[in-house]
Amino acid sequence: MTRQTIIPFGPQHPVLPEPIQLKLVLEDKKVVGAIPSIGYIHRGLEKLAQQKDYIQSIFLIERICGICSFLHSMAYCQGIEEMMNVEVPPRANNLRIIWAEMHRIHSHLLWMGLLADSFGFESLFMEIWRCRETVLDIMEETAGGRVMLGVCTVGGVRRDIPPELIKKVLATCDELQAHFDHFIPSILNDYSVKQRTVGVGVLTKEVALERGVVGPVARASGVVMDHRVAKYGAYANFDVEPQIEQDGDCYARSKVRVRELYQSLDLVRQSVATLPEGEFNIPVKGNPDGEVISRVEQPRGEVLYYLRGNGSKFLDRMRVRTPTFANLPGLLAMIPGCELSDVPVIILSIDPCISCTER
Amino acid sequence: MPPAYCLMPIMFTFVRTLFRNLSRKPATRTYPFTQREPFANFRGHLTIDPAVCIYCGICAKRCPANALVVAKSPKSWTLDPYKCILCSYCVEACPKKCMTMRPEHQRKDA
Repeated sequence: MTRQTIIPFGPQHPVLPEPIQLKLVLEDKKVVGAIPSIGYIHRGLEKLAQQKDYIQSIFLIERICGICSFLHSMAYCQGIEEMMNVEVPPRANNLRIIWAEMHRIHSHLLWMGLLADSFGFESLFMEIWRCRETVLDIMEETAGGRVMLGVCTVGGVRRDIPPELIKKVLATCDELQAHFDHFIPSILNDYSVKQRTVGVGVLTKEVALERGVVGPVARASGVVMDHRVAKYGAYANFDVEPQIEQDGDCYARSKVRVRELYQSLDLVRQSVATLPEGEFNIPVKGNPDGEVISRVEQPRGEVLYYLRGNGSKFLDRMRVRTPTFANLPGLLAMIPGCELSDVPVIILSIDPCISCTER
Repeated sequence: MPPAYCLMPIMFTFVRTLFRNLSRKPATRTYPFTQREPFANFRGHLTIDPAVCIYCGICAKRCPANALVVAKSPKSWTLDPYKCILCSYCVEACPKKCMTMRPEHQRKDA
């Protein structure tokens, strides 16, 4: 029998943007198992949210994640609105979609850059992150923050996008499309990229369903799962087709995300084209009472918010199930059988967000 | 390795990229010597007009980060810039509209 060695991977590792530790069980250079340990950046945000009033909590909840912050606040606000029977104005719904899809674009670009960096393609990493600045700039111009937009609130959004900025949003979409057309062939067709991603970290459809993975990881394994299809908020007006791949390897996950970039651009354009006139925020009176589960499709998958109000301005309980938490069991199924040098690429291929997971 | 003829299109891409990069300006700036004009809507830092403020303390109650401390007597309004998360919730809540969110970052020497 080959001798087994356990080596720690993380919590500090060049490819990991956030701390997570995997104890890798190796037989020679082949990884036969992985034991995860999380808990390095638990901040107790769920408990803190119960000590702030339900409007103050929006700003706190936005800080659960430093990448998909707007989508967290959107999920929370949708939950509170459902509890309080608030009908959001149609313009606010469309504005939310514009910002949500921009967040998806910047998150996927960030991930794509990190993936390129993980297999040593530095110039592609820089090219992609330069493109990401375009999205961040337009978010800063429209919302007032690069990532922490702070625009979502209960009853709508806090800022409107005036017509001159709407034109700029559309111009940015065209600019982004040109950028994508420039660097995406490098990701999908490049020989060296394919060498590092094709057939690596395979997750079959059966295992994906068994382990309950979500988002692009599930879609890359052939599971038709995209919560935007459920038509929450303004998605009711648009047809979102889930981007599906069958192979379940790192390359399939990249392809799914690449296609979602174009899909998000399309959704921003559609949302701008159908942007209704009128108010973007309605005053909300009273306090939330009852319990609700709110779901939103984030760049990494479906996020689930459980909220319980008691009629006061403080919530009784808030619980978040983030997509990375659901994807971690899937990751543990991908790793056994791979080479040690493939582990960084596989970990990054699920787009882990540890800050979300631990909150 | 792929055969040599497969490398030809890659080489042409490289040459094209090379010429484009030579004719383009760099994507980065020599910060802090060159600074971009801040966007008008950017939430850079919070300022107050003390002549208009009535020291009601609503901003301090609303602040999600407890960054503001307001006292009626003696009249004082204190902002802890390290706690402030620049959400501008206080600006919206202020009944006298005496607070503004400036688009540029707060400078150390300001």
